[in-house]
Amino acid sequence: MIPELGHLALVLALCLALVQAILPVYGFVRSRPDYLGVAAPAAVGQFVMLGLSFCSLAYAFYANDFSVAYVAENSNTQLPWFYRIAAVWGAHEGSLLLWMMLLSTWSVAVAFASRSLPRDVSSCVLAVMGSISSGFLIFTLFTSNPFARVFPAPAQGRDLNPLLQDPGMVFHPPMLYMGYVGFCVAFAFAITALITGRVDSAWTRWTRPWTLAAWMFLTTGITLGSWWAYNELGWGGWWFWDPVENASFMPWLVGTALIHSLAVTEKRGIFKSWTVLLAITAFSLCLLGTFLVRSGVLISVHAFVTNPTRGIYILSFFGVVVGSSLVLYAVRAPRFEAGTEPVEVLSREGLLLLNNIFLVVAAAAVLIGTLYPILAAGLGLGRISVGPPYFDKVFVPLTAPLVVLIGAASVMAWKRTRPQTLRSRLWLPLLLAIIVGVLLPWVTLGTWGVAAVAGCVLGSWAIVSALEDVVRRVRGSRLMLPRQIMGQTLAHVGVGVFVIGVSLVSAFGSERDVRMAPGQSVVFAGYNFTFHGVEEQKGPNYTSQTGEFTVAHNGRVISHLHPAKRHYVESDALMTESGIDDGVFRDLYLSLGEPLADKAWSVRIYYRPFVRWIWAGGFLAALGGLLALSDKRYWRRQKVRHSARVRASTQTVDA
Amino acid sequence: MRWRVVVPAVVVAGLVVLLGYGLTRQPSILPSALINKPAPAFNLPTLDAADKRVGSDVLKGHVTLVNVWASWCVACREENDLVTEISQRTGVPVLGINYKDKRGDAKRWLARFGNPFAVVAFDRSGQVGIDWGVAAVPESFVVDRHGMIRYKVVGAITRKEMNKVLIPKLKQLQQAS
Repeated sequence: MIPELGHLALVLALCLALVQAILPVYGFVRSRPDYLGVAAPAAVGQFVMLGLSFCSLAYAFYANDFSVAYVAENSNTQLPWFYRIAAVWGAHEGSLLLWMMLLSTWSVAVAFASRSLPRDVSSCVLAVMGSISSGFLIFTLFTSNPFARVFPAPAQGRDLNPLLQDPGMVFHPPMLYMGYVGFCVAFAFAITALITGRVDSAWTRWTRPWTLAAWMFLTTGITLGSWWAYNELGWGGWWFWDPVENASFMPWLVGTALIHSLAVTEKRGIFKSWTVLLAITAFSLCLLGTFLVRSGVLISVHAFVTNPTRGIYILSFFGVVVGSSLVLYAVRAPRFEAGTEPVEVLSREGLLLLNNIFLVVAAAAVLIGTLYPILAAGLGLGRISVGPPYFDKVFVPLTAPLVVLIGAASVMAWKRTRPQTLRSRLWLPLLLAIIVGVLLPWVTLGTWGVAAVAGCVLGSWAIVSALEDVVRRVRGSRLMLPRQIMGQTLAHVGVGVFVIGVSLVSAFGSERDVRMAPGQSVVFAGYNFTFHGVEEQKGPNYTSQTGEFTVAHNGRVISHLHPAKRHYVESDALMTESGIDDGVFRDLYLSLGEPLADKAWSVRIYYRPFVRWIWAGGFLAALGGLLALSDKRYWRRQKVRHSARVRASTQTVDA
Repeated sequence: MRWRVVVPAVVVAGLVVLLGYGLTRQPSILPSALINKPAPAFNLPTLDAADKRVGSDVLKGHVTLVNVWASWCVACREENDLVTEISQRTGVPVLGINYKDKRGDAKRWLARFGNPFAVVAFDRSGQVGIDWGVAAVPESFVVDRHGMIRYKVVGAITRKEMNKVLIPKLKQLQQAS
């Protein structure tokens, strides 16, 4: 009964989405304000219906209703309740439902937050979001209904993919999807701008917070995903250039470019059509990612079940949405180009232009690497993989200059900056960055290397120059800094922390395979690992062989580690649970291999210096986004818009 | 000026056609310039031990399946079980060429996904891969008892291809004296 209600709610959600998509357009064309007003209530209704639908599916999981095919395939009575709830988004159908649920959450947020916008703008934005939502609802209802029943109902369900039975999995997909879908808002604003023909500073001020919010969620989601892969895959790696990782990384790169180009459009009124194009591209890449993950054209650890019908539907949908928006762009964008003055190289807009070029080229490089296997298949070259050798070679030279640019971010003024200013403000941060970068690996790890030191100098450069700006501002005025500036600083510090983490873990990370019998000790990377044997344990839906290790440093036991091999009974899958001793400067990571003769085991020991800094950097950047988002300027109502504009122009002068 | 704004739409149209094409067609085989030519000579360290070497002489005297793979290659993971199955069903030894990989990663990969190879040559630089005309991994070669390449599969082996082409081909070559 409950699943049928969920199904019905899904159908009603589709009806409301169609209303939300079509009526405002009719109202817009016929200048009927009463039709425009339908958009917001329809969005709220759609949200309620999707929420109901989502809750019904979650309930079916909670109550182990195996007559629902999707539940039977992805859950099991032995599964703990929180994983049963997380299993809602553990496979294709349910994760689509989550996708749409989050999309309607954004729509409702837009409906409430944009009361101060002109009616035609807010309705047009909601109409675009409604049509995206209808497309996905049709797709779900006709090709991937999560509420389909099986008869006779199996007595026991299959299990949730054991890879997904990890706390990280509970939060990673919702965060990631929140980011993916969030770019739909920026996209809808871009389409609205093309239709109404207005890209002014008011438009950028409406678009910026939404873009920032989506970017913040995407950053958090990607960082959590990387952390999950590190904990769960048992390979001690944090990024694999897997097609699905790339699918989330490309919108991130373009979204980052978008945040920066929006700043230029707001402050200087230039780059208008470029900003609009970036907004369209960011969301298009989100849709492309959805296609890549769900159509099975690429092979990946994440790929959902392959099904050509689904692939063709999503591809056609992608073609219609992106194709029509780009045609609209081609027709309308030329009118934004009027009156652009040349951009000085030594100016903030010049710097941000460079930033955009590097980010977009990097995204294109990732796109080519990701799609090349499909191109190869299309040309009859078979199914092949483009792996880390390509990405590492291409990506590092494209992103290192970006980090160099970050250092100049706060010093560059709009319009024109004198070289003397750059020199007088940057020599100290540069000197400090070199000192810190050279000393950091030596003091913390006791080793050295050219690549590592270069990476550390680069990372410290980003951090120190961002902090220099804060110090200078605080000393000058003694006032609280605007949150937007603090957010920018924090995000740039995050990038620096990330770069240091990546350079040190790739330069000094090491691993070793050893055979260990109970009682035996091995010395690796200055730590003494002692193996005490393996013990059988029982979990809720698995049996586990758990190893007992102690780690000693300088004769003192510092940690007990319990890496395990789990056998998930229902799905008959073997999973490796790593044992990790985490620290600010290094992780020790143990993973059990195979049992050998005489109770000995093959054991993999990983030494991962500074690996935590990678995720710390990601979270800092996301936090910076949150801080910038909480800036007062985005939360003023219409009344104060005038004074905000005055303030913006005074900032221009002092920045 | 105007043409510039049309570029994105054109790029996306091309992309959609390409993706649709990739989605709907079946993988197929590309004829290789090396077919019916002697297998290129090589002499590489083995994956297990850097001081032991393996060379083209191991190809002489029996039919061999040569499989080029890497631990970073996702498609290799997919075909690994099939390679094992081919070897078990035909008795043909499989020579692995580990392509542009790290020794530790490759060993761990074999421990995790299973090792179908009689011996694995470790081609760190990818030089031998270039000699063999490897564009990307995985690729597989059927080599007869005289060391001639008789057949080549680009990309991951599919079950259909294994049953319809590879196994009959290997058996036929084994019977031919």
